[in-house]
Order: sequence, then C-alpha cells, then structure tokens
Amino acid sequence: MADTLAVKLALARAVGALSRMRGGGATSAPGRVLMRLAPNAIAALGARLGRGCVLISATNGKTTTAAMASQILQHAGIPLVHNQAGANMAGGIAASLLSAARPGGGIAGEIGLFEVDELWLAELAKQLRPRAILLSNLFRDQLDRYGELETIAESWERVLSAGGAQLVLNADDPLIADLGRDQASALYFGMDDDTQALAGMAHAADTKHCRRCGAPYVFDAVYLGHLGHYHCPSCGRSRPQPAVTATDVRLEGVRSARFVLHTPGGQAEVSLALPGLYNVYNALAAAALATALEIPFETIVAGLASTKAAFGRAETVTLAIHAGAGAPAEGRELRIMLVKNPAGANEVLRTLALEPGEHDLLGVLNDQIADGRDVSWIWDADFELLAGRIRRVTCSGTRAADLAVRLKYAGVDPAAIHVQGDLPAALREAAASRAGGAARPLYALPTYTAMLALRDLLVARGEASSAWS
Amino acid sequence: MPDSASAVETFPPLRVCALYPDLMNIYADRGNLLVLERRCAWRGIGFELSSSGLGERLDERPYDLFYIGGGQDRDQRLCAEDLIENKRAGLHAAAARGAVVLGVCGGYQLLGHSYTLGEEEIPGVGLLDLTTVREDGPRLIGNVAIDVSLDDAGPGAGRRVLAGFENHGGRTRLAEGQEALGRVLKGYGNDGRSGAEGARSGNTIGTYLHGPLLPKNVWFADWLIARALSVAPERLAPLEDGLEREAHLSARRAAGV
Repeated sequence: MADTLAVKLALARAVGALSRMRGGGATSAPGRVLMRLAPNAIAALGARLGRGCVLISATNGKTTTAAMASQILQHAGIPLVHNQAGANMAGGIAASLLSAARPGGGIAGEIGLFEVDELWLAELAKQLRPRAILLSNLFRDQLDRYGELETIAESWERVLSAGGAQLVLNADDPLIADLGRDQASALYFGMDDDTQALAGMAHAADTKHCRRCGAPYVFDAVYLGHLGHYHCPSCGRSRPQPAVTATDVRLEGVRSARFVLHTPGGQAEVSLALPGLYNVYNALAAAALATALEIPFETIVAGLASTKAAFGRAETVTLAIHAGAGAPAEGRELRIMLVKNPAGANEVLRTLALEPGEHDLLGVLNDQIADGRDVSWIWDADFELLAGRIRRVTCSGTRAADLAVRLKYAGVDPAAIHVQGDLPAALREAAASRAGGAARPLYALPTYTAMLALRDLLVARGEASSAWS
Repeated sequence: MPDSASAVETFPPLRVCALYPDLMNIYADRGNLLVLERRCAWRGIGFELSSSGLGERLDERPYDLFYIGGGQDRDQRLCAEDLIENKRAGLHAAAARGAVVLGVCGGYQLLGHSYTLGEEEIPGVGLLDLTTVREDGPRLIGNVAIDVSLDDAGPGAGRRVLAGFENHGGRTRLAEGQEALGRVLKGYGNDGRSGAEGARSGNTIGTYLHGPLLPKNVWFADWLIARALSVAPERLAPLEDGLEREAHLSARRAAGV
C-alpha cells in the first residue's frame, strides 16, 4: 500500500512539474492530480504529521491569519506544512502535503497549518481530523458561489458537532460565536476597545438577528461589519467572554497598527507591520490559535511582530517610472490591497481614509469565477469614504466601467475617474500620473484574479518577486 | 449637470419609500436607491428617502415610488408575513393611484400571489398576477440581458435592453394575461424555460435582474423617475452618461449580448 502511494506521489509530482513548465502557474495542479490517483491521499499524508494539523477558515483574513500563525509556530521552532500561497481547496492542500512528503512514509513538518475555503471545511476536516479549528468571521461574499451565510454556518455546525477538534472562535461575530455554544472547551477571542467602535452598523452588515430566536441583536459596540459586543434582548444570548483580547488599539494609517494583547499567558504590547483594525482581528485570531496550541506568550508576541504582508494583502513593491528617454528611472511605491467583498473592502477603504491627503488609486475589478461573476457587491462597499479624497483613480479589469460608475455615484469627481480596461496600460498610466512629481504612493485595489494578474505583471516588469509560488 | 441651455424645468421632489432596507438588501440593492437619488439631485429634483420596516404599518400616501429588494430566505419569510399584515393594503392603494412599485429578486417574488418552498407557502401581496415555486433543480445564476418594450420609455426608446445578474432558486410563472417585463436575450429569466423575464402591470414592476439593476441601466432609472413624477421621460434634463453607457455595455458583454 505504502509503495503504491509512493509511486502515485512521484507521478503527481512529475505531472505538476510538467504543467508548471508549460506555464500553468496553478499551485494546486499536482495536488489535483494526486487526488485523482489516490483519493485518500490527504488523509494518508495528513496522518504523517506528528503533531496533527490545524484548519483556519473565514470569509476574510484567512491568508494573513495563517501567515501570522506560521510566524508564531516558526518562532516556536515547529516545522510546518503550510499552504502559504493561499490555494485553499482540496487540490491546494494536497499539493502542500505532496511537496512535503518524503520517501519511506515521512513528511517534512510536524504540524499542518492550512487555510481552508469556507465550502471545503467540512470535507477537509473529515479527511484531516484536525486538532484545532479556527473560525474568524462570516460576511456576505460571492453569493453566486457561496450562497447564503446561514447555509455555510449550518455546514460548519455539522463539522463541529463531530467533535475531536479544539475550537477557536471569534466572540465578536454572533454567527461564529454561536457555533461554540455546546462546546465548553471552545476558546474565544475578541476586541475590547471602545475607542475603535463605529458610530453605527455598516449598511451591508449581515448578522443582525439572533441565530437562536430571530429577534434583533442589541449592539453595544460595533467594530467591523457586524463584529462587536452584542446581546439578544429576547432570549438573553450574548457575546461569550473571550480569553484572548485586544485593548489600547492604535491604527497607524496604511502601514501599521499597535495593540495590547491579553491572553491567559500574559499581556504585552504588540506592534504589527500590517494596517487596520481587520489585521488586529487577524492577529487576535492567530494569537488565540497559538494559545490553544500551548505556545508560550512571548513567542506569540514575537511571531506577530515579525509578520510581513501576505501575498497581495497590503504588500508593497517599488515601481520603476521612466520619465522619458535617457532619464533615469524613478521609484514609486505601489501598495496592493486585495478587495473581494463588501466587509473586506470597507476595512481597506477605512484604512486608506486614515492616511491624510488625496490619493492615487488603481482599482481593478474582474468578474472571473474566483472573483464572483456577480459584481453587485461593489455597491455594498462604502466607496463614499473616499469621496473628496481621490486625486486620480484609474479603473481597470473586465468590469472597469462598473467600478467607475460606482465611484461616480459615491461622490468621486468624474474628472478624476479614468477607465482603462487593459491592465498593463492601466498600470502604466496610473503609475506615470503624479502631481508635481511628488512621490506619493499608488494604491492598487484589485479583486482576487486581478491581484494575481497584477502580481504577474509586476514580476514580468521585474518589480515584484514570485517567491510566493 | 444638465447640459441643456434652456430654462430648467422644476419638478416636485421624488418621494421614495424603501421597504425593509435592513433585511431585503442582499444584492446591493442600495445601489438602485443611490442611482435614483443622484440622478434626481443632478437635475435639481428633490429626493426624499424614507423606509418602512418590520412592524410598521405602511402609510402609502406620501410616496411616489416604493422599492423592495432581495433577502436571505429567513429574512424574506419575516418580511412576507409583515408585508401581508402591515403593508398590503397600502401598496394596493398606492399602485391603484399610479405610484411606481419596483420589486427586485426576492422583492419581485413577494409582489406575486405566493412563493412555495416544498410544503411551505409564503403568501405575497398579489400586485402582480404570478406565482413562484422553489424547484429541486439548481439555482438560476448568471449574467442576463432582456429585451424590454416600454411604450412610453421616451424618445428613441422603443425596444431597449436591460442587463444585469440573476441568482434565484424560485421559478416564477406568469398567469395568463400577465405582461412580462421583457423577453430573455441571454440568461434564464423567470423560470429558465418560458423566455419571459419579470412582470409589469402599469407602474408595478418586478424583475430578477440585480447587479444592481439601475446603475447598469440608467435609462430605466430615468424612466422610473419620470413615471413616478407623472412626467414624460423626455422632460428630464439629459445627463453626461459616458461612464454609465460603458457600464451598461460591459454588463451586456458579460451576458453575451
């Protein structure tokens, strides 16, 4: 049996290498081949991990949270198998396991750290039997693919009722917190800083009614989307008391954030090289997961402080601008901030609005399957936050004009809006347009496939490294 | 931004009532309301937006246009009960005096007689002569374009295209004599079979097209504004619609029309 699997591993690797040579960049290709050859490969390879595996799922923040957890575990000296490029369906996880598998039944890693697509959690939990599952948030996202939130929550509930995994849950998301109500050992994390509370709930907030009895929740504080401090006045359900919390949050524009982390193991200020309240939530989630894995507090703080931007998530590259023939190229900072659904986009917009002055933007809206074919979500995102704050925005992607119209109706001056569907041309135009030569950064807000295309373009231009894949 | 040099005509404000905006908003229905608001404002037409939610009896008199969007199944059930209890009479009175009633997706289904999910039947307000049934088959999801014939859509209107996105599990059947909003050019429409999309009775209109509908089809937003104010569409000052036209074409291209 083991011999048979070894042959299939070798075969899948060879096919994967071939597909990469032909230019197919998909990191999950060899994994998909492997699963076809050996349907139980994920379970078989996962069982080789001496200290088991952990799964991370959420609508937003999976990749960054996993990157933070990875830093923490590496600081703890634990070798990992991690799907760090964000390929988070079965094929991607099979590919990660495949590349770590060693001859003779070994594997290069002690713990498997996998971010998992919301719809794949049930299947992968069945195969991998994780020791811990971290669930961070559920927001409306790609309704044409994921369907309604309630449907996802129900499928997660069935996974969790199977037992066996330590649950790590966001106390501030009512839908997520409710998943732990019958699990006494669930570990919760949450925000405890009223200075970060919003004036009201975002328009597109999703979970406003009690999952138990249907009455509207009362929110004493709203931090992000429908995340906050809540209780149900009808049946009395309320936010569970979190063991891992953040206080004294300070957001430092598009660059960084600080907060005081509290866990049962201690409290200390954490300095993040990532911006926005959403990344403080990601850090809390990673810290809670590490706490559940019994990682020492000091190691958690060090791991968080050393985390850099994940692939396309607040990643910064330097563009070379060629002013004219013979002139030396100048550098211009490009910050890539993935936007893919209203809740995530709102946090990016809120973070951008923290930066003073007018901004130069490159918005890239695609409607490929991985983005969601339905682009209506841009009307749920609060682009109004940028009205009066945009010097120039270049709209690109397959649905460039839809984004342009959204910005116009959000109150952005139509004279500042430029449509250029062709991405290389849009990047050139956006990068070259600078007011009075001031070295202001360019912010790119791409959807998922647009982010991949933009990174490929930057790699081809020699401005970004392809080290992630 | 009217580009007409002639004297700007003055109109009374457009008074809009959004039904359950906190629950029936799943496909970015806010975009439809925002387009109505801005296109009124750019023409110097006042815009007053109110809402009516769960438990509120609808006083229909102060409104020219009613809007109801789509919601999750659970929320749609809650709203359906309330609609019958607190708003049906008001909506019928409003429609009878010619107010515009626009229902999109779930809101469209609730304007019919009923929505049947297995054993359960959710009643609708019956402004449109149609019924909806949830079938076992897959949801009808994708880009969609329909051919619409509005006798009074304005100069050069005649037959026009509406483009958008549909995502519905329910199949809607129009009763004999119930006019559709349009014919499907690409996509599924009411049931994926009949070729009909949406329904229209006078100024009461239902459709599965979201995306949202009005930002992708601003000509239709203007037609609705004109109908709600009881003026001919050509009396509305033209606007600079270059970006809007491109967005309309991009939605049509996505649908393959």
